[in-house]
Amino acid sequence: MSAATDQEVGRSRVRPRARRLVAGRGRYTDDIAAPRAVHVAFYRSPHPHARIKALELSAARAIPGVVLVASGADIARHCKPFAGVHRLFIGMKAADQLPVAVDRACWQGEPVVVVAAETRAIAEDALDLIEVDWEPLEGFGTPEGALAGPAIHEQLGDNIGFDGITTTGDVATAIAGAAVVVEDTFRFGRHTGVCLEARSILAVYDPQEQSLVVHESHQCPAQQQAIFADLMGLPEHRVRVICPDVGGAFGIKQQLYGDELATCIVAKMTGRPALFVADRVESFASDIHAREHVVKARMAFAHDGSILALTLDDLFAVGAYSQYPRSSIGEASHVARLTGAPYRIPAYQARVRMVYQNKPPVGHYRAVGHPIACAVGESLIDQGARALGLDPIAVRRLNQIRDGSGPHASHGAAVLEGLTLDACLDRLLAGFDVTDFRREQAAARQRGSLLGLGIASFVELAGTGAPYYGESGAPVTAQEACLVRLEPSGHVRCQASATDQGQGTDTAIGQAVADAVGVAFDDVEVVSGDSAACPPGGGAWASRGASAGVEAAVRAGRALRAEILRLAGLILQRKPEQMYVRRGVIRDAVTGAELITIREVAVIGHYRQHLLPPGTQPDLSLVRSYVPQNQAFLTTNGIQLATVSIDPGLGEVRLLRHRVAHDSGTVINPQLLDEQIRGGVVQGLGAALFEEIRYGEDGTLGTGTLMDYLVPLATEIPDIEVVHVTTADPSTTLGAKGAGEAGTAGAAAAVLNAVNDALAPLGARVSALPLTPERVLAAIAAASSVPAEALSRQKAGT
Amino acid sequence: MKPARFNYHRPGNLPDALALLAEHGGAARVLAGGQSLMPLMAMRLTRPEELIDINRIDELKGITADDTAVTIGALTRYTEILRSEVIAAAVPLLAEAIRHVAHHAIRNRGTIGGSLALADPSAETPAVCLALAARVIARSAAGEREIPIDSFFHGLMATELAEDEILVGVRIPKRAASARHAFLEFARRRGDFAQAGVILAPGHTGVPENRAVVFGVGATAWRSSALEGAMGRNIADDVYAALRLEVAAAVEDETADYKARIVTTLAERAMARLA
Ligand SMILES: Cc1cc2nc3c(=O)[nH]c(=O)nc-3n(C[C@H](O)[C@H](O)[C@H](O)COP(=O)(O)OP(=O)(O)OC[C@H]3O[C@@H](n4cnc5c(N)ncnc54)[C@H](O)[C@@H]3O)c2cc1C
Repeated sequence: MSAATDQEVGRSRVRPRARRLVAGRGRYTDDIAAPRAVHVAFYRSPHPHARIKALELSAARAIPGVVLVASGADIARHCKPFAGVHRLFIGMKAADQLPVAVDRACWQGEPVVVVAAETRAIAEDALDLIEVDWEPLEGFGTPEGALAGPAIHEQLGDNIGFDGITTTGDVATAIAGAAVVVEDTFRFGRHTGVCLEARSILAVYDPQEQSLVVHESHQCPAQQQAIFADLMGLPEHRVRVICPDVGGAFGIKQQLYGDELATCIVAKMTGRPALFVADRVESFASDIHAREHVVKARMAFAHDGSILALTLDDLFAVGAYSQYPRSSIGEASHVARLTGAPYRIPAYQARVRMVYQNKPPVGHYRAVGHPIACAVGESLIDQGARALGLDPIAVRRLNQIRDGSGPHASHGAAVLEGLTLDACLDRLLAGFDVTDFRREQAAARQRGSLLGLGIASFVELAGTGAPYYGESGAPVTAQEACLVRLEPSGHVRCQASATDQGQGTDTAIGQAVADAVGVAFDDVEVVSGDSAACPPGGGAWASRGASAGVEAAVRAGRALRAEILRLAGLILQRKPEQMYVRRGVIRDAVTGAELITIREVAVIGHYRQHLLPPGTQPDLSLVRSYVPQNQAFLTTNGIQLATVSIDPGLGEVRLLRHRVAHDSGTVINPQLLDEQIRGGVVQGLGAALFEEIRYGEDGTLGTGTLMDYLVPLATEIPDIEVVHVTTADPSTTLGAKGAGEAGTAGAAAAVLNAVNDALAPLGARVSALPLTPERVLAAIAAASSVPAEALSRQKAGT
Repeated sequence: MKPARFNYHRPGNLPDALALLAEHGGAARVLAGGQSLMPLMAMRLTRPEELIDINRIDELKGITADDTAVTIGALTRYTEILRSEVIAAAVPLLAEAIRHVAHHAIRNRGTIGGSLALADPSAETPAVCLALAARVIARSAAGEREIPIDSFFHGLMATELAEDEILVGVRIPKRAASARHAFLEFARRRGDFAQAGVILAPGHTGVPENRAVVFGVGATAWRSSALEGAMGRNIADDVYAALRLEVAAAVEDETADYKARIVTTLAERAMARLA
C-alpha cells in the first residue's frame, strides 16, 4: 500500500493481544483474582409478566455458605431508578427501571431475587429454595399484540414508547403517477450478539474511601463509571471501571444491566468483592436483543425504473424497558434514516413506532438498524425491477447517488457526504461475472435446481458525531482521547479512551502512533479499558474506533513528535523544521544524516533536564482528543453480493459466494480491516439463515441454549471476498471512515435477495428472516397453489 | 449452571457398578461420555443424588465379532467405531451414520451405550440400530437379558432399561454381501441433530426383511410401514401419502407439515438411491 517501507499505516500487523489470547493467557473478568469474593446469582422471573405477591427467602438464607439473599426492594434502597429516554426524540416515553424487580416482573428472565454465596454452586442451591408466590398477568410477546394490548406500565398510558414520522416530498402524488408499486411486509426475528465471553462483572467496594472498583466485561468504561457513581450516589472520581480482556461485545456490552448494578450493590451490602458471570442460559434470557421489527413498505417506480416514492411503517418491539442509558430507539430511527438511502428518492414517508412488550430489552447490536433498512430497501428494489422486467443492477445504477455529487440531503433526513456507490458497485462487479452466473442459473433451472443472485447496497452511518448523544441527556460521548507519552527508555506508551474487544483498535492505534511519532511499531504499547488510567472518552460503539479513536491518537502522536523535535532542536541548536524523525532516529531534513535518537532525547527530557537551556520544561506526556463536532454522522457505503442454491425439497439455503465492496476510507491495517468486514458478514449471515430467539405469543422464551440458537459455523459459511474503495475522509488527519459494522449491514439483505431471485421462477417469495427451511418450504408450497404469473401481477399492483 | 450436589462413584468393574445401582436405584445415574448428561445436570434439568461413573470399566469397551453379529460394548466411543475395520466391513451403515453425529470433540467422548440409553429421537445410532434389528444387552445384579431393539424404545427419551440395569452392549447382525442401504438426514448445520432422517436397509442380513426407519420426527425413531411395504416394488404416489400420514401421527405440534415435507423428500431420495 505504502511506498515507504517503514510506514506502519497500511501494513497488516497481527494483533499483539491475539497471541496472548490464543495461547490461553486471556485475562477476562472471571480471571481476576479477588480474595473473599462472593458469587452472585439471580432468581429470574419464569413468567413474561406476573405480580410478585410474596417472597419466601428464609430457606435460601439458611443454607451454609449463603452470604446474602436480597429482594428487589432491598437492592433498591441503594440506588436510584433509571429510564432509557433519548431527549432528541421528542415525546419518547420510557418507564423507570430498578436493578431487580419490585412487586412485578415484566419479562421472563428479569432478576427478582439476588443471592450471594461462597461459590456459584451454593448460590444456585439457594435459588432452588426461593419461593415466589406469583400472580401471572397477561403477557404480550408480539409487536402487534403489544401495540393493541393494555399498557404494561400504567403510567405511560399505552405501550407506544415513540411514534415519529419522517416526510419528504409528496408521496400520494408520486404513487398515483407510478408505473409500478411494489409492497411487502418484512418480519425480522429477535437475535443477539453471542459473545464467547458472557457478561461478567467483579465489584469491590471500600466503605472507608467510599470507592468502587469494578472490573467489567464492557465496551465503555467511562460511561459505566459515570452511571455507577450517579445511580449509587458515589463521588464519581472514587469510581473506577476497568475492562480487561473482553471476549466479544458487539453492542451487547454497551449498556447498563440491572444484574450488573445489583452486583455492585451486593459488594456494598456485604463488604466483600462480588462476582457475577452470566451463564449461557441467562445470557439468552437477559442479554440485549435486537432487530424485532415488522416493516410494511412500498416503493413506487416509473417505467424506466426511476424510484418515485418510498413509504414504510416500522413497528419495532423493544421489550419491557428502553435500554439505559442510550435508549432503545436507535434501531428504528436508523431504519427511518437509512431505508433506500443509497438512492435519490423524491417522495418519502416513514413512520416508526417503538412499542413495549413483555420481553427483555432490545438495544444496540452491531450495525444498529442498518440490516433492517438495507433488507427492506434492497428487497423492494429487486421486486420493482422484476415487476418492470428490468435488470436489478441497472435499476440500482440508475437511482443511486452519484459519486462526487457533493453533500446529499437524503429523504431520510440525513446529510450523506462523500459517497462512493458507483465505485463500490464497479469494484464489486469487477470480480464477478453476472452474465456468466445468469447462464449457469438458467442451466441449473433446466435441471430443476435453483440458484439465486442477490445484491444489497447500503449507506452506513459509521461514526456518530457530537450532536446525536449530545442532545440525548445521557453520559455518552462521541469524543475519544489518547494520552501519548515518551518514556525514558525511548518507548512510547499510549493510554487510549477507545477500547478493544477483539477488533484490533489498540493495534491500529499502535500503528498510527508509530508513524505519527516516528518510532517502530514494536516500540509502542497501548493501554486501554480503564476509566482511571485512560482519559475519558466513548470506548467502543458504532464504527468509530478508527475514525475517532485512532484519529485522537494520531493527533497526540504528532504533538509528541513536535515536542521531541523542539527538545532535539534545543539540544542540537537547530531549528525543528530542519529535522525529521523516523524509526526512533532524528535526522537532518536535507542530508538524512543521523543527528540524535529519540531515546537520547527521552533520557535528557526525563533525567538530565539540566542539560537543556534555562527555562525549558519538557512535556513528554501529551493528550489530544477528537470529536466530530457538528456532524451527526460520518457516512460511508458499501455493497454486497451473495449467490445461493436452494434445495426445493428441503428448503435448505446454501451459501455459495459472498462478496463485499466497501469504502472504509484510509486503510490502517488491511488484514484487520478485512477480518472486521468478514466477521460482520458472518453475523449478518447468521441473521439471514440461522439466528432467532424464539418466543411464544405471550412472551415465553423458547430458546435456551446454543442447541436451539444456531450461530453460523465455518462449515456453513463460504469464503468471503472483500475488496475496498479507499476515499479518505477529508475532515480528519487520518481519513479512516470505519468498517466494524459494514459486513453486518448488508449481508442478510444480499442473501434475502438471492433467495428471492432463486425462488422467482416458482413464483415464491419470502420476506421473513431468518430464512429457515420451514419458511422457504412454506413459500414454495404456497406458490405452487397459485400460478406464478398471477402472483407477480398481484404483487406488482396496488 | 452448576449441578446440584451429588455423590460420585467410580467403580472399577461391572459387578461393583451393578451393586451400586441396585443399592441406589432411581436416585442414581450412570455417567458414560457425559456429552448429554453433564449439560442436563449443569442446567439442573436432572439431579441424580448418586453418579456412577462407568468410564473405568474395561469390560464395557470394545468391538468383537462372531459369525453372525458384531457386538459393541456400551462404552465404545463414536470415534472408535468410526475407525473400526470390523464395523467398516460388517456394519458400514453405522459408521456412515456416525459421521453425522456432532463434531470430533463430542465423538471422542460420546458412547454408543449412552446414545442408546438416552434415546434421543433425533439421534443417529438408535435409528441405525432399529434399522438393523439390533439387540440391546442389559445387565443388572440379577442377571443379563437381550432386548430386541423393536421393543427397546418406549417414548421420548424413555427405554426398556430398568432402573437397576446397565446397558452393556449392542449386538448388530452382520450384513450380507449383497445388502445395500441408504442413509439420508437433514440437519441445519453440519453436525447438528437431524431435523429428520430416513434409513432404508432392505435385506440387511440376507433374509428378506425390509426395514425402513424415520428419525428426528416424533418421540422416538420409528419404522415406516409405508416405506417398508414399498421397498423393492414400483413406487406409487400413495406410498408418500401414507408416509405423510405416519408423520402426522408421530408429530403433534405445528411442525408436522414441515416434517412431512422433508421426510417425503428424504424418502424419495433414499428410494432413488436404492433403485
Ligand atoms: C454439541 C453436541 C452435539 C451433539 N450432536 C449430536 C448428534 O448430531 N447426533 C447424536 O446422536 N448425538 C449428538 N449429541 C449427543 C451425543 O451423541 C451424546 O454423546 C450421546 O447422546 C450420549 O452419549 P454419552 O456417552 O455422552 O452419554 P452420557 O451423557 O454420559 O449419558 C447419557 C444418558 O445415558 C445414560 N447412560 C449412559 N451410558 C449408559 C449405560 N451404559 N447404561 C445405562 N445408561 C447409560 C446416562 O445415565 C444418561 O442418562 C451431541 C452432543 C453435543 C454436546
